[in-house]
Amino acid sequence: MRRFLRPGHDPVRERLKRDLFQFNKTVEHGFPHQPSALGYSPFLRLMAIGTRSGAIKLYGAPGVEFMGLHEENNTVMQIHFIPDQCQLVTLLDDNSLHLWSLKQHGGASELREEHRFTLKGPPGSPPSATQVTAVLPHSSREVLYLGTESGSIFVLELPSFRVLEDRTISPEAVLQRISEDNCNRRSCELVEALREHPKNPDQILIGYSRGLIVLWDLQNNKSFVWLSFQQLENLYWQRDGSKFISCHYDGSYTQWPVSSDNRQPEPLENTVPYGPFPCKAISKIYWQTTKNGLPYIIFQGGMPRASYGDRHSISVIHGSQQTAFDFTSRVIDFFIIFSSDPAAEFDDPSALVVLAEEELVVIDLKSAGWPAVHPPYLASLHCSAITCSHHVSNIPLKLWERIISAGSKQNIHYSSMPWPIDGGTNIAPDPPQRDLLLTGHEDGTVRFWDASGVCLHLLYKLSTVRVFLTDADPNDNMNTLGEDEWPPLRKVGTFDPYSDDPRLGIQKIYLCKYSGYLAVAGTAGQVLVMELNDEDAEHVVDHAEADLLQDQEGYRWKGHEKLKTRDGPVRFEAGFQPFVLVQCQPPAVVTSLALHSEWKLVAFGTSHGFGLFDHQQKRLVFVKCTLHPSDQLALEGPLSRVKSLKKSLRQSFRRIRRSRVSSRKRRGPAGAVQEANAKFDQDALQEMELAPVQRKIEARSAEDSFTGFVRTLYFADTFLRDSSRHCPSLWAGTNGGTVYAFCLRVPPAERRMDEPVRAEQAKEIQLMHRAPVVGILVLDGRSTPLPEPLEVAHDLSKSPDMQGSHQLLVVSEEQFKVFTLPKVSSKLKLKLTALEGCRVRKVTVANFGSCKTDDYSENDLAVLTNLGDIQIISLPFLKLQIRYPCIRKEDVSGIASCVFTKYGQGFYLISPSEFERFSLSTKWLVEPRCIVEMPEVTSNNHVHNKSGTENAARKSSFFSSSLLERKSGRLMEHALLNDESE
Amino acid sequence: MQENLLNALRGSGWLPLLSVSLGRNRTDLRSALVGCTGIFGAEFRRFSLERSKPGKFEEFYGLLQHVHKIPNVDVLVGYTDIHGDLLPINNDDNYHKAVSTANPLLRIFIQRKEDADYSAFGTDTMTRKKNVLSNVLRPDNHKKKPHIVISMPQDFRPVSSIIDVDILPETHRRVRLYKYGTDKPLGFYIRDGSSVRVTAHGLEKVPGIFISRLVPGGLAQSTGLLAVNDEVLEVNGIEVSGKSLDQVTDMMIANSRNLIITVRPANQRNNVVRNSRTSGSSGQSTESSLPSSTPNILGSLLQGEEESDEEDIIIEDSGEPQQIPKAAPTSESIESLSQIELLHESTQNGFLPSSELNLNHSAGSISMEYEVPEPGRKSLEEEGTIITL
Repeated sequence: MRRFLRPGHDPVRERLKRDLFQFNKTVEHGFPHQPSALGYSPFLRLMAIGTRSGAIKLYGAPGVEFMGLHEENNTVMQIHFIPDQCQLVTLLDDNSLHLWSLKQHGGASELREEHRFTLKGPPGSPPSATQVTAVLPHSSREVLYLGTESGSIFVLELPSFRVLEDRTISPEAVLQRISEDNCNRRSCELVEALREHPKNPDQILIGYSRGLIVLWDLQNNKSFVWLSFQQLENLYWQRDGSKFISCHYDGSYTQWPVSSDNRQPEPLENTVPYGPFPCKAISKIYWQTTKNGLPYIIFQGGMPRASYGDRHSISVIHGSQQTAFDFTSRVIDFFIIFSSDPAAEFDDPSALVVLAEEELVVIDLKSAGWPAVHPPYLASLHCSAITCSHHVSNIPLKLWERIISAGSKQNIHYSSMPWPIDGGTNIAPDPPQRDLLLTGHEDGTVRFWDASGVCLHLLYKLSTVRVFLTDADPNDNMNTLGEDEWPPLRKVGTFDPYSDDPRLGIQKIYLCKYSGYLAVAGTAGQVLVMELNDEDAEHVVDHAEADLLQDQEGYRWKGHEKLKTRDGPVRFEAGFQPFVLVQCQPPAVVTSLALHSEWKLVAFGTSHGFGLFDHQQKRLVFVKCTLHPSDQLALEGPLSRVKSLKKSLRQSFRRIRRSRVSSRKRRGPAGAVQEANAKFDQDALQEMELAPVQRKIEARSAEDSFTGFVRTLYFADTFLRDSSRHCPSLWAGTNGGTVYAFCLRVPPAERRMDEPVRAEQAKEIQLMHRAPVVGILVLDGRSTPLPEPLEVAHDLSKSPDMQGSHQLLVVSEEQFKVFTLPKVSSKLKLKLTALEGCRVRKVTVANFGSCKTDDYSENDLAVLTNLGDIQIISLPFLKLQIRYPCIRKEDVSGIASCVFTKYGQGFYLISPSEFERFSLSTKWLVEPRCIVEMPEVTSNNHVHNKSGTENAARKSSFFSSSLLERKSGRLMEHALLNDESE
Repeated sequence: MQENLLNALRGSGWLPLLSVSLGRNRTDLRSALVGCTGIFGAEFRRFSLERSKPGKFEEFYGLLQHVHKIPNVDVLVGYTDIHGDLLPINNDDNYHKAVSTANPLLRIFIQRKEDADYSAFGTDTMTRKKNVLSNVLRPDNHKKKPHIVISMPQDFRPVSSIIDVDILPETHRRVRLYKYGTDKPLGFYIRDGSSVRVTAHGLEKVPGIFISRLVPGGLAQSTGLLAVNDEVLEVNGIEVSGKSLDQVTDMMIANSRNLIITVRPANQRNNVVRNSRTSGSSGQSTESSLPSSTPNILGSLLQGEEESDEEDIIIEDSGEPQQIPKAAPTSESIESLSQIELLHESTQNGFLPSSELNLNHSAGSISMEYEVPEPGRKSLEEEGTIITL
């Protein structure tokens, strides 16, 4: 009979569901995984980044972001903006060309793919004949010059992508004009560079890889020829067109004069900047003129091969100043932002923008010392691997400001220059509230990100390392190279994936936004409680140990040792400063953490048990061992190979790097090997198919390992013992499906320091299906989840209903169950796994507001399953509302990294360095919405973007004046009111 | 007079019953209730039932307890069939069978459960040519070689079985694996594979889940109901198609306490041939569900599973573990409950109201005959103890 009573066909509810829930992936935060190409339009002031997976991302002023994806998912090799257009051309590694344009649609600009094209040679010609190596979008905006491996230069009409065959510049035509004695057919192979004359659009400079350089006149097919004896890497015109520079494989660069007479010219200057010993190639060079006459020479590479051949460097030479910026990862490409006004006499470079494999670095060339600029986006989330994340919605203004001020003290070494890439206009509404995303990292740091809007921006970085003694050298000598050091290397960038001690890794974070208390727990059983302090301070961190094994005898912990603490007072910079350290014994990974800032209690759990610590009196209240005697694995510790792990991590990084290099250089003869490899792979695949994957079907028993693993901890003020008196309680759920409830006695505020906090076990529930408990929640008399600590005190939440009877919701990986309180009887359940075969990975209570009316909102459970589906389940009746596929089920790390917000949004890692943001709510949606307008173009084909720069300058000053102001605006004032009412 | 009455009843569609309650020691059975003892250690009741509406066994059982004034005493019920065999009545099916085959009189034997002589059931009284009654009445004389003692239905634990034979296509088999109460592991493995289906577009190869291995000594192997390469079609009523191997694994594990798997056996030669079933012999008296109830089979089955699902255990204040009780039903289940009650009331109409039957019997009397009163509704409701929900 029950089957006829199934819900879900109530039309009123269905309509309401449409007003409440909607799934969108809105924006990708962080740094693109495996970037492969960089482009910049001085006209639009937009930067484009292509990746190995075929994505293309455009960035302008903060909040201006576009993303496109090539269907082929092939590596983007080159990106070129069409001069004075909202268009760009990409070249993929399958030799296909794609034309993208920014078009306005519905009030906002969108990036769309318009055309695709693959160059085809005459029948029978080798593939190298049409393999594109260089692309030159001509300033006339009508044609595209394509240099190829064979030396031919094809001309392509825009935007139709039609080959103008009669205008092809063949190597034969070039050779005819070269004297026989110093040339042969081979000197015209592979076009390395194509550069248009800065003043005369009819002349293009062609650089062939063997060193031949030809200035080709398109009108009369006349040519001037230079010959260098070194293999050519790249070319660059000087602004006035009187000279150009070539850079070479041997680490040298040469300046050549351009004159009208046809005799063989001699180079003006030929230098090997890091000679005399053999040097690596200079792959790209800029020569920028300035008013004072001293040019900026900026080039990539050229380091002495033997001693610095492994560095990823870009050198800047300006008069006597010379710095080789040493990047943390391979340099993909770079560009210079300089005056693009054609009327200007000098280049006057202002910033160097470098795309490295793992981060974006911008150097301010205007300020003394060439400091780095703090990017407002493209943050390298993975500068140390992310180990956990925690989201806090709706931060009170006071705390927000204090965190920003703590962070600004850390950023003094950054340039004050406004962000130089500032094209486009952000028209998205102000973010609805101030949100913080906290990421814990492997190196023991916690980063505080402004997650309110489209730009994920680093506000503050907290390091826990200072509390401990580690083998790592405390004074890292990154920037302390001596004056006479040659080459003048300077480390830039923050990417540092090597953790000195994996035990420092952060595993759990809990921030109380009302009190500013922060609890952080790590890999070696360390739990730190911190307080926000606006000043530097030096103090002793109180230290306690929690023996979770208690009297259990005969157990041996084979895992890592606990961290050694520093004796005596420690100096902490302004920000969150630890005042209590609890170390679990055995020092296993902390698997759950809860902080109650009102009761001043912190609870923590590991695979052995859990404990409660009173951080006011700095006293351990109790510990409870949850270990099953037969659980050997938990006893010995899974990480018994700490030392070798660290080593193998480094090795694997090296291996990855090597493989990247080799994959980049494969072309030609490697083909056969590749083919063989592919065949081998296929064979291996077939073999795998022959031996089918099978799964054992077995009921769980109590003897499974890791049953004692504490998965969740929860504080609640509820009716635990009888229905007349409520009391503080602590709830813990384990991997074996056990829920423990402890009744707490917290002395009243006036006697808080005098009387001890007491705890007594009141209940123990064993779920018969024994699945891991992933969430515990108490619903009040109105079936609303109990508010967070201090939420009511700050008038931000209705006080819970203590009249009606409370209910306990226990979420295991397989079932949702509601029990009555104080007498535990089962009331409702939803057997998710039994019905659908999926398991709960993450669960949170989220508040959903209706997009139609302001006065309706409800609480539901947002659930992420092991299949990557997101489900919304109603409270308190546990009815499935809606389901969306979100993450690929194979993407285990993505699913593990997912974090929900309190208002139906969420984040998960799509790569080690990128968070995807999604929204389940119709009401709270943060997505980029921006307009890119064409600046005016003057009659000569060159850029006249005075208005554009002015506009940009206005915008950027607006941005720099205060990021805070810009971000919050109207809402801040509203929030202020709230704060005052405290 | 008795004959006349019987004839009259035969014509009217009422089934006369002769019910005998037996006790090895009468006091055991009735002392607390009536306190009368008889030399024969037996007590007879005579009453009638409407043949066309025999009702359910439970109700009949209640009626017998009522007629014999032995509420709350567990008894065994048996009857003599046309061949003179003593056969048990312990479920709806054999009860209906008994009513439908009784000619003209249905003789019912009631034994207190503790004293029950199980060996008496099913014995081939035809060949022995003995009076069943005397046989049962004088158990001391019953000096046969010991039979294998078969315990009562409620003492059985549920075992793995093939179910729903009547509603499934013959090529499918629904197997219920009862894990509860055995230490045996479920003991089987599943794998991905592909099977051929007939679709609108002809034959189509579709992915499927198959049993890949049986662990020797495991539950699956020992029941013999599942075999390697059987295709898994459903798990506890939920179709497997479109689900991944891991999903199906999780579903099976989550349902492992009471796992119902529908398979397409790899070996199709052992399939049930449905139309050849015959009725009448005692061997098939447990024939299941009536055709009319088929659409609900799975629903009721799932519901039953829900109810029989083991409950979680709570330990309060470090005391003794207890099973967590069900909370007061929600509005929804109240609704369904009240519907069930209604259902019962309506079926009670099929009962013979017997409120007055036992009121005026005299001590020492062996048998009593009653006129059949008009069916009324209030009777059973008055004796509230009879209806057990």
